[in-house]
Amino acid sequence: MLKPVIEQVKVLWSQVRTLGMVLAHTFSKKDTVEYPDTQPYMFPRWRGRIVLTRDPDGEERCVACNLCAVACPVDCIALQKTEDEEGRWYPEFFRINFSRCIMCGYCEEACPTHAIQLTPDFEMAEYERQNMVWEKEHLLINGTGKYHDYNYYRVAGKSIGGKDKGEAQHEQPPVDRRSLLP
Amino acid sequence: MFEIEVGSALVMGMVLGGVILISAWLIWLERRLLGIWQDRLGPNRVGPLGLGQVIADMFKIFTKEDWVPPFADKLVFMVAPPIIMTSILLSFAVVPIAPNIGIIDLNIGLLWVLAMASLAAYSVMLGGLASNNKYALLGSLRAAAQMVSYEVFMGISLLGVVMLSGTFNLREIVESQQDGWYILPQFVAFIVFAIASVAESHRLPFDLPEAEQEIVAGFHTEYAGMKFGMFFVGEYIGVLLASALMSVLFFGGWLPPFGIGPEDSVVAGVFWMLLKTMVFVCFFVLMRAAIPRPRYDQLMSYGWLVLLPLSLLNLLITGAVILSRGV
Repeated sequence: MLKPVIEQVKVLWSQVRTLGMVLAHTFSKKDTVEYPDTQPYMFPRWRGRIVLTRDPDGEERCVACNLCAVACPVDCIALQKTEDEEGRWYPEFFRINFSRCIMCGYCEEACPTHAIQLTPDFEMAEYERQNMVWEKEHLLINGTGKYHDYNYYRVAGKSIGGKDKGEAQHEQPPVDRRSLLP
Repeated sequence: MFEIEVGSALVMGMVLGGVILISAWLIWLERRLLGIWQDRLGPNRVGPLGLGQVIADMFKIFTKEDWVPPFADKLVFMVAPPIIMTSILLSFAVVPIAPNIGIIDLNIGLLWVLAMASLAAYSVMLGGLASNNKYALLGSLRAAAQMVSYEVFMGISLLGVVMLSGTFNLREIVESQQDGWYILPQFVAFIVFAIASVAESHRLPFDLPEAEQEIVAGFHTEYAGMKFGMFFVGEYIGVLLASALMSVLFFGGWLPPFGIGPEDSVVAGVFWMLLKTMVFVCFFVLMRAAIPRPRYDQLMSYGWLVLLPLSLLNLLITGAVILSRGV
């Protein structure tokens, strides 16, 4: 006889307690960031607008290897390799269609020279779709991005004008196989 | 015609306009309060404090396509939404706002309110039936059963108040509370009435007729534009009506608490009435923010097995006390 009554009182108390706990949230700190007025903190590794960086000497890092274009799941990257008189490879054009880009960061992971990097900027809305296609002059920045000291041609074994084989950092001079006589 | 007295054109216009304005503004209030209780801010962009949000919503809803599905019963489909608004607005006719403020003093005021609340059930039922959609049908089935069964003890719980005051006239009920509000002797009745009026206005946690997680949007699945808007505003007027009734029946209407201030001043009366009503409106929103929706069988068994015996018991004890005191 008394058991269902106690049960009902317990149920009612549970609801009243819930009401009180929710009411207490009147005074709790709000989680909302009023975005256009206050900028939220963007983490450095946020995957936003894509940039092409330069090495510490101010030269283009991109060697037009096409790995980013291959890795891109939505095929939004298009580029064409060309070579300068010193033997450095660089992209003749480099085009990212941001209306397709899903900011997955696979291009950054695929890039062997830290050239392509994603930045915390996300405010890229445009009124015209054609304006979402960014060319190399729009993508290329003057800094080194997240990797300040990396310079591909200074650590790689490829010879270019002004740096022959064996002259890179941590690189042994090339072995003369014909001199390896017993 | 333009003097401040019950039923003059000026007072009628003020009450009608006030009710519609406040219930439209409740949309903003609810969104803001829900936001606050969910650690958000709610709409705060349009105008000061986001008060203009209601106007923006109005513009949006008026520019929506006014679509009637080809498979629906067109006449009933169109007639259903205005019924809920009219019937609930008609209930406000008998609600006394302050001394000399009100539309009409019926000697059957409380019965009128209950009758009009029953008519509102038709709106939901017909809307769901005419939509010719399974989810709408399910919603209107639930609405019919829920509203009919919760009306039973909604009426019974109010009988205690009627017995204590000896009248069905809402203005006289308020005036008879000058010695003490009915919340103390009729506390159980207040709880039962509060729960029943939530179910009656099918608001969360008793919004089973439109439970969006189970049956899309229930009875208004097929409604869009202003026809949906009328259901929507009708719901808010229902909340306002339930809150106004709670303050009139149990919290002394326009009478000031603890006798502070004049009892027969119109301005003070409107102020106290609005304050009390708004507190209950906020409580409605708090319930929406906090309490989960019960299962349908739980809703029904709770009504018939707990609330009905409780209200009958309350009626019995009230009657016994009145009898023992001697008339």
